[in-house]
Amino acid sequence: MDQPSEVQTPIETDVAIIGAGPAGLFSVFELGLLDLKAHLVDILDRPGGQCTELYPEKPIYDIPALPIVTGQELTERLMEQIKPFSPTFHFGEMANALERLSDGRWKLSTDAGTQIIARVIVIAAGGGSFMPKRPPVPGIETYEGTSVHYAVRKMETFRCKNVLIAGGGDSALDWTLNLAPIAKSLTLVHHRDGFRAAQHSVNQMRELVEQRKINFHVASVKALHGEGGKLSGVTLSGHDKSEWHLEADALLPFFGLTMKLGPIADFGINLHENLIPVDTTRFESETPGIFAIGDIITYPGKLKLILSGFHEAALMAQAAFHICRPNEKLRFQYTTSSSSLQKKLGVS
Amino acid sequence: MKIIAKDREGKETAIEGRDGWTIMEMLRDGGLPITAECGGACACATCHVYIEDGWYEKLTPPSEAEVDMLDMALAVQPNSRLSCQLTCSEDLDGIKVTLAPE
Repeated sequence: MDQPSEVQTPIETDVAIIGAGPAGLFSVFELGLLDLKAHLVDILDRPGGQCTELYPEKPIYDIPALPIVTGQELTERLMEQIKPFSPTFHFGEMANALERLSDGRWKLSTDAGTQIIARVIVIAAGGGSFMPKRPPVPGIETYEGTSVHYAVRKMETFRCKNVLIAGGGDSALDWTLNLAPIAKSLTLVHHRDGFRAAQHSVNQMRELVEQRKINFHVASVKALHGEGGKLSGVTLSGHDKSEWHLEADALLPFFGLTMKLGPIADFGINLHENLIPVDTTRFESETPGIFAIGDIITYPGKLKLILSGFHEAALMAQAAFHICRPNEKLRFQYTTSSSSLQKKLGVS
Repeated sequence: MKIIAKDREGKETAIEGRDGWTIMEMLRDGGLPITAECGGACACATCHVYIEDGWYEKLTPPSEAEVDMLDMALAVQPNSRLSCQLTCSEDLDGIKVTLAPE
């Protein structure tokens, strides 16, 4: 994988939240009412987590008081609701290391070099980090980063290379069109002669095939050949089980994203079947100071519902307050009646 | 109705299917390791199965949305379907499915 870019000056805050899905976003609200500041880290480039990544247009029917709302709308409403607390977002970054400092605070680092020092960590990472789907081809991991790439960072990497692109969505088609002029050869493979990509991209791709500038095969990648992480060719296989060889220096699989627990597994937190066990009064993991809420947690009776994540956020915030402000008394107040809460919300 | 489900190690299990529920839900509740991360919204392609022994032809053909979403599945074959788009009914009693690799 990529090396972290240079380490930046650490940011100090009250709470660092991993995951900007509904549970992470609502945490900002509950923490904000208690005057606790939050920074959020998310591997995606925008808020909403699964709601915006997987089903932005699908209606959700079980959010209290919103009879019907799409994943996108829910995210927009949460963003509006937490605006008064001006959280800081670190999008497109993966939380990849957590360290306890000698003063009891935590240092959370990301793959982009961001360092956040906070009294409390909240893991609201849902099903984990969204990561590219890895085709089930034996040994593919030994070529990752050298010959197998799940994203194009620099087009120059592919100049004068025999490039093989696998997939049939917009990313596959866009990169086919963009890399065709600079690659030595370019082959697109997809399991059918049809695509879920924008029609004009499909038309352009078909033109290139007709002009014999690129190749297209209805096939899948069955085996990779090469040495020391350097790809030299692949075996393709058709639906009729026929197989053939193709020279290739680079493979770009584009099958979308899936959730993997990722580096959280190495944070030293006790896990049960890839979920974080918590107590249901504080929503704290078995490591004091590390809280967890939403789909990533487990407790007797846990339901993976957005509304449960909201409840868990509220209780987490109460417990987090005592860690962040050990010498202050926490007074429970309602937003309907408390002028100090209303002031924080910017409504009075 | 019964669903005969084969996991990725080749182990076969018979699971009871409830009319009106999806095969994905039955596989999940039956303890098979099916990811189904979008929860059945035809939005992630992680409930991908192969339909075995001639059962493919007996199913209602996939919708355009399912065909599109199968483009995001790995190791797609001509008998690939997304199990969240298949509804249990007596007509499908004995249907054989194999979990696709992840």
